[in-house]
Amino acid sequence: MMPGIADSAEQIGEILRAHDGLEGPLIPVLHAVQAAFGYIPGDALPLIAQHLNVSRAEVHGVISFYHDFREEPAGRHILKLCRAEACQAMGADRVAAHARDALGIGWHQTTPDGSVTLEPVFCLGLCACAPAALVDGRVLGRVDEARLDALIAEVRP
Amino acid sequence: MKDFIIPDRDFGTPAAKSKVMVTLTVDGFDVTVPEGTSIMRAAAEAGISVPKLCATDSIDAFGSCRLCLVEIEGRAGTPASCTTPVAAGMKVRTQTARLKTLRRGVMELYISDHPLDCLTCSANGDCELQDMAGAVGLRDVRYEAVDTHFRAKDNSGQANPQWMPKDDSNPYFTYDPAKCIVCSRCVRACEEVQGTFALTIQGRGWDSRVSFGAKTDTALTSDCVSCGACVQACPTATLQEKSIIDIGTPERSVITTCAYCGVGCSFKAELRGDELVRMTPYKHGKANRGHSCVKGRFAYGYASHKDRILNPLIRESINDPWREVSWDEALGFAAGRMKGIQEKYGRHSVGVITSSRCTNEEAYLVQKLARAVFRNNNTDTCARVCHSPTGYGLGQTFGTSAGTQDFDSVEQTDVVIVIGANPTDGHPVFASRLKKRLRKGAKLIVIDPRRIDLVKSPHIKAAHHLPLRPGTNVAVVTAMAHVIVTEGLFDEDFIRTRCDWDEFTDYAEFVAAPNHSPEATELLTGVPAKDLREAARLYARGGNGAIYYGLGVTEHSQGSTTVIAIANLAMLTGNIGRPGVGVNPLRGQNNVQGSCDMGSFPHELPGYRHVSNDAVRDIFESLWGVRIDNEPGLRIPNMLDAAVEGTFKGLYCQGEDILQSDPDTRHVAAGLAAMDCVIVHDLFLNETANYAHVFLPGSTFLEKDGTFTNAERRINRVRKVMAPRNGYADWEVTQLLANAMGAGWTYTHPGQIMDEIALTTPSFAGVSYEKLETMGSVQWPCNEKAPEGTPLMHVDGFVRGRGKFIRTEYVATDEKTGPRFPLLLTTGRILSQYNVGAQTRRTANVVWHPEDLLEVHPHDAEVRGIADGQWVRLASRSGETTLRARITDRVSPGVVYTTFHHPETQANVVTTDYSDWATNCPEYKVTAVQVAPSNGPSEWQVDYAEQAERSRRILPAAE
Repeated sequence: MMPGIADSAEQIGEILRAHDGLEGPLIPVLHAVQAAFGYIPGDALPLIAQHLNVSRAEVHGVISFYHDFREEPAGRHILKLCRAEACQAMGADRVAAHARDALGIGWHQTTPDGSVTLEPVFCLGLCACAPAALVDGRVLGRVDEARLDALIAEVRP
Repeated sequence: MKDFIIPDRDFGTPAAKSKVMVTLTVDGFDVTVPEGTSIMRAAAEAGISVPKLCATDSIDAFGSCRLCLVEIEGRAGTPASCTTPVAAGMKVRTQTARLKTLRRGVMELYISDHPLDCLTCSANGDCELQDMAGAVGLRDVRYEAVDTHFRAKDNSGQANPQWMPKDDSNPYFTYDPAKCIVCSRCVRACEEVQGTFALTIQGRGWDSRVSFGAKTDTALTSDCVSCGACVQACPTATLQEKSIIDIGTPERSVITTCAYCGVGCSFKAELRGDELVRMTPYKHGKANRGHSCVKGRFAYGYASHKDRILNPLIRESINDPWREVSWDEALGFAAGRMKGIQEKYGRHSVGVITSSRCTNEEAYLVQKLARAVFRNNNTDTCARVCHSPTGYGLGQTFGTSAGTQDFDSVEQTDVVIVIGANPTDGHPVFASRLKKRLRKGAKLIVIDPRRIDLVKSPHIKAAHHLPLRPGTNVAVVTAMAHVIVTEGLFDEDFIRTRCDWDEFTDYAEFVAAPNHSPEATELLTGVPAKDLREAARLYARGGNGAIYYGLGVTEHSQGSTTVIAIANLAMLTGNIGRPGVGVNPLRGQNNVQGSCDMGSFPHELPGYRHVSNDAVRDIFESLWGVRIDNEPGLRIPNMLDAAVEGTFKGLYCQGEDILQSDPDTRHVAAGLAAMDCVIVHDLFLNETANYAHVFLPGSTFLEKDGTFTNAERRINRVRKVMAPRNGYADWEVTQLLANAMGAGWTYTHPGQIMDEIALTTPSFAGVSYEKLETMGSVQWPCNEKAPEGTPLMHVDGFVRGRGKFIRTEYVATDEKTGPRFPLLLTTGRILSQYNVGAQTRRTANVVWHPEDLLEVHPHDAEVRGIADGQWVRLASRSGETTLRARITDRVSPGVVYTTFHHPETQANVVTTDYSDWATNCPEYKVTAVQVAPSNGPSEWQVDYAEQAERSRRILPAAE
């Protein structure tokens, strides 16, 4: 169930008040909002700007700078594939192409059934086990096409 | 953008303020600059321009474009010259083989993602990217653009997701992302210069784009106030004036002064032939320091609006249609009528109103027309309805009728009190300078019934907002003085050396009385005592304290008393006579200071000298060869009263729309209708012209020479950039009228009028057009004692000798709320519109403010069943009007607020004829009203619209 606008405004208000007095509160607030809602709703932006006494443009600038802040809800599962050099050397591009085909979506997109969001990531620090992936925050190594199919089957019953 | 006049070079980074000087060599030349100066600026001082893109001297260095690299002897690498400060003995090279290669490489990368359509680009010839490509000798681009930001379709014909369409939502400029090099100059200008923070860079790396507001915003829906700072900062065609796109680049420019508010910004009028291409803020303007607002920068289209009347009009009676006639016929008709009236009703039956929109020279001539040709003192000016209490209050306490500081002073202030003013809307360029100081840590106290933008906006927050009930200014300011006196926070040294100690002890005894304590006045003013005490302590002990005030102080029945109370506060705390302090009225109109200086008031000759003073009259009598009345003449309200009574029959009104701007519209209309000859001299058939018999077409500020005097007493030149479209400058029209009445004036240039002013008026004795040419501008007093003018007043002593403390007893206005009229109406201005709107309503500024709205607190709206956007009836004891409501908690419960820019609303139908006890300045800011839902215009509005339409008929000119 999606919360109503009034409910979410109240919830965002609580988050903002919980961060009062913190120096440099914008990024912690954005993290907290995303943790609560799964993304940063457009309606939250003026509330955050107003409370922190910054402009809407500035909040937008920060949200859009960080790839991990999302402005739309993600799918139920988030699959991130590493695209950095070590993984590329171990066939990450091939795995990525396979993932896009299997899911029928491109980078930053979510499958129509809302089950999976596919995102690129640049280095998970798991170069020794390349190609690497991150599924719902869980790090996985040596992800080849077969392993990927199994993963997808697991999250997409 | 590039500057068109070479002397306006861009030094790349702002000037450093240090007094310590440092010497270095740049390319073998010695150069000495203040410590903290960037190498880029030092090189520019030596005449060497280091190539640059992201730097410009209105904003801090950023170091992102990597084009301004230099080599420094003994240091590794190639640092950016914009972010590297100078050091003593440094040896800098700006042009080496290594630097040349690096710069070409950088330019190649820039150009690889930029359309090469220079010939058809609107910035052709006005583009720094183009210039830099030339400067670094770019001859070849090795990169083939595959992914770009500027092609709408990629090579395979698919839509390019990186391409963003042009945003032309703002009426005056466009944002074309295809031309953007992401130098961030616009974002930084919006933040550092304007202080609005409407722009950002969204995304990062390859995805970095300039964005107005949040994701779904356009330039128009964002917080953008259209000040033009971003357009000014943009080096390419990305942010470009629509007028440049339409016309092309200008070929010459003339420095002149804006004709909107009292800040008096200097502008360059940039032209092609006699077509005005754009107005750009002049960097060396001492009031604005290169900044502008939406009005001065863009809203000049009224000068060529189709409504402008270019030929004289006359009619027998105000019920007839107008007849277009020659200048000779119109002037003969006007002169004949005025002479006839004087023969029949006596010398005192006619008068003039001088304009605060016209030049000093024009105001001087109009009052001279009254005094030397009409032979009476019936001259008044629109300052009657705005800052006449300032003249009285500061005259009594300090000895001069003007602000004490220059605008630069705000850079050194620590605590600012803004009282009864809304600078971000009324005086936007000053507000930007103030906000810049506040962001650097100065504290702000706002005393206003309404939560103005300065109370809280991005990166600005007032330390205290005292939301007083309208009409209680005196009680609040006196309570602040109570705190300062009773808590011993006053500056005894200052008071003993600079003021009269006996007057101080009398005043101290008065304010110390318990009935002036914040606790005692809280019930009356609605201001929490604790907040008021803290605010008073902050002002008294927070360092340099400066007070800026506006019409929310003066337009009250106790306007003069509040001005005195403010002056007392400054004297108590020793905040007078040095940079960063002072008492500063924010004057409303471009030349309201000047029109007052020029003797527009019925009791004062030029230079604020009373008409009863024989010695002063002698000066003018011997020069003009006439006798001058030693009795003051009629003020505007007296003229109207006398007209209704039948003793005042003729009026020459230059550049003021008293019907719309003066209080109690019905009374003004009745007065005008009772006159036999009303001569309106204006650009448009304004509301007053509905009651006129003669209409003399006026000229705009672009069409004449002269001077304006701004709120800091600065005399700025207004320069003729094109021939008057109506045939004559306004001073010429006044002279023609005077001569038609037999005056025999022979001025051929406004400079001669200024010479006459200097000859007769001690505070202007040193002013001449020659001096203004060399100095740019000068602040009066300018005479033998201060040949270069006077930026700060009362430095070593008050003009009147010793500062005078005067008791300020609060007396409630007679305008009281009651069961029938339970709410208090207060009025104000908005950024995009200007006063009666005659000019701004005839520009694209209407997109921001198409109609006047009534701000109502949600509580008051709810009990009356008023919804946001609904038509409401606003009624007072004087009259009623209808307009739409806006529900907002900016106003307190019990207070409603509106603007007075639109004649359809006629907010002044509602305001009363109560006025300041000393000066008759109307009490616009307090009217008891009732608000109720409505479904259309009031009867008055319908009648008025019909009458206005009927009276504006013009018969075709006779063949």
